[in-house]
Amino acid sequence: MAKNLHFMTRLNLVELLGRQARNVPELAAGLREVPGSSVYYHTHRFLQQHHYLSPEPPNDFAFWVTNALGHDALGERLASVDIVRFRSLGSLRSAFLDILNQALAGRRGPVCDCQPGEEFHFMSCRTFILPTPYEAWSLAEFREIVRKISIDSIYFHVFEARLHLERGDNDFSDWLEELGETKLAREISRLDPYNCTLEGLRRLIVQKVSEHVPD
Amino acid sequence: MSRINDYAPIVGASTIEELSLLAERLRGKAIQNINSTAVGGGVAEILSRMLPLLHDLGVEVSWDVIKGNEKFFNLTKRIHNALHGVAETFGPGELEDLIEVNRRNAPEILRGADITFVHDPQPIALVNEKAARGGKWIWRCHIDFTNPQQDVWEFLRTFIESYDAAVFSAPSFSRPLTIRQVLISPSIDPLSDKNKDLPEEIIDSVCARFHLNRKRPIVTQISRFDYLKDPVGVIRAYKLVKEHVDCQLVLAGGGATDDPEGMQVLAEVRQEAAGDPDIFVLFLPPGSDIEINALQRASNVILQKSLKEGFGLTVAEAMWKAKPVIASAVGGIPLQIAHKYSGILSHSIEGTAFFIKQLLNAPEYAAGLGTNGREHIKNNFLITRHIREYLLLFLSLYDDQDIIRL
Repeated sequence: MAKNLHFMTRLNLVELLGRQARNVPELAAGLREVPGSSVYYHTHRFLQQHHYLSPEPPNDFAFWVTNALGHDALGERLASVDIVRFRSLGSLRSAFLDILNQALAGRRGPVCDCQPGEEFHFMSCRTFILPTPYEAWSLAEFREIVRKISIDSIYFHVFEARLHLERGDNDFSDWLEELGETKLAREISRLDPYNCTLEGLRRLIVQKVSEHVPD
Repeated sequence: MSRINDYAPIVGASTIEELSLLAERLRGKAIQNINSTAVGGGVAEILSRMLPLLHDLGVEVSWDVIKGNEKFFNLTKRIHNALHGVAETFGPGELEDLIEVNRRNAPEILRGADITFVHDPQPIALVNEKAARGGKWIWRCHIDFTNPQQDVWEFLRTFIESYDAAVFSAPSFSRPLTIRQVLISPSIDPLSDKNKDLPEEIIDSVCARFHLNRKRPIVTQISRFDYLKDPVGVIRAYKLVKEHVDCQLVLAGGGATDDPEGMQVLAEVRQEAAGDPDIFVLFLPPGSDIEINALQRASNVILQKSLKEGFGLTVAEAMWKAKPVIASAVGGIPLQIAHKYSGILSHSIEGTAFFIKQLLNAPEYAAGLGTNGREHIKNNFLITRHIREYLLLFLSLYDDQDIIRL
């Protein structure tokens, strides 16, 4: 018998690390040393704060390099890191560091600092995971809950579960596999949640389920 | 007085459920807030709105105000200025007066709470009692710490590092410290008199009372009369605009009991405004929230031309009313405004004047900024988000993991 899916939610408390960068070498040095939760925070902050916008700058590193340092080409390379492909924060950190290190190795001329007041501030977050009252035992129940659950809960099961908790895939797809809904599980697993708003993601999941179970 | 469930239609029932769940985890913990003024200014305003909602959620929370004489508040005002980067000279032993006033307040004010939550520098030295009284201690900094005067920063740092955690309103205020630093932006209350929806008749009557003509454009800055809010700079920007575009200027605000400088600033503002019947300098008494709300809603453009800001809550208030805002890129204002998307960030008197003209001449563009601004405030700067982060902060004092399962 398939087990139920108990919906959880997550809330974040943002912490300041008291460390800043004025240029690319300082950004790379900071990125090497900050905790994994900081890498996670800076690659997901915009998504959380501006979840009603799309498309948006996908990570803080790219946004800062482009807007504060004026390095458009480097900013574009950092922006193009395909976060959905990564299964661990360590490998994600390495991907950003590789790009920064290549840029530093090919640098000609002096290091350019940002304007005072536009420094990059390293931050991280503490994540609190808490249960919601909602449980799904079937696809129809699952769809109804996804329609009404908080956006934080959807965020938890799709983003936190896969990369922050390093579970490999999103929770919804894992549960659907257990339910025997392999095709639907793969369809949801293939979605790129980084390229839509959270409300858009909610609609997409409901739409995919409705293709399997008519409303 | 609003109840926590009154916010569900604005932020969603699930958000209120989450707050209840967090509050349950804090059962049995007594939390005491301490600051230096019961009325006037953003800290007193946030606490007076937040505490009843925390009580409603079942959190045992209290608020006390330290006592000080005029000499003490003059000293703390100068400390405040020095932290904002204004040069101040302190005589030998002068800063120690702050410690002495805190020491005298301690026996009466401290009640052995589980969490003592101290706001701003005035009561900061109460932490000297931490070892004797126990519990967790948090220092909440509401002011702009970007460029503090070094001697004052060093003086305060010895106290800050005795706390369990420090809370700042913007990333740029963060400094290398030996204790945890948490980012919590302040918030506005959408159901307060200052922010709730108002009938047009009330807006009309407030404008009529102050002799404002609603048929002509109105540009407004709401803030207490303080050099750091640059009210004279606002008048100069208005004068540049007025050469080309007809408008009225409203400078409205009150004072706070811990700010003895306000009257002097008001006099200078009145002098700068003298002779122009379209400049309205309104010194409002405490409790003028409906008037402030109406003035913001009657405005075509709202300014916050501060030289320094702790956060700049008046920006969020104006954005919540879907008004186009032009504000200085200082303190927490860049967190609220994405330039040319949810408002305008300016850096000078001339720039401010340029953008005022642009927004008055392009009302559709101005309305778009206002709409986006309201959405951003709804998602990130309402009181329910603020309560949630305070509850998380309190809970985090008892668990040092990065991922905490409740």
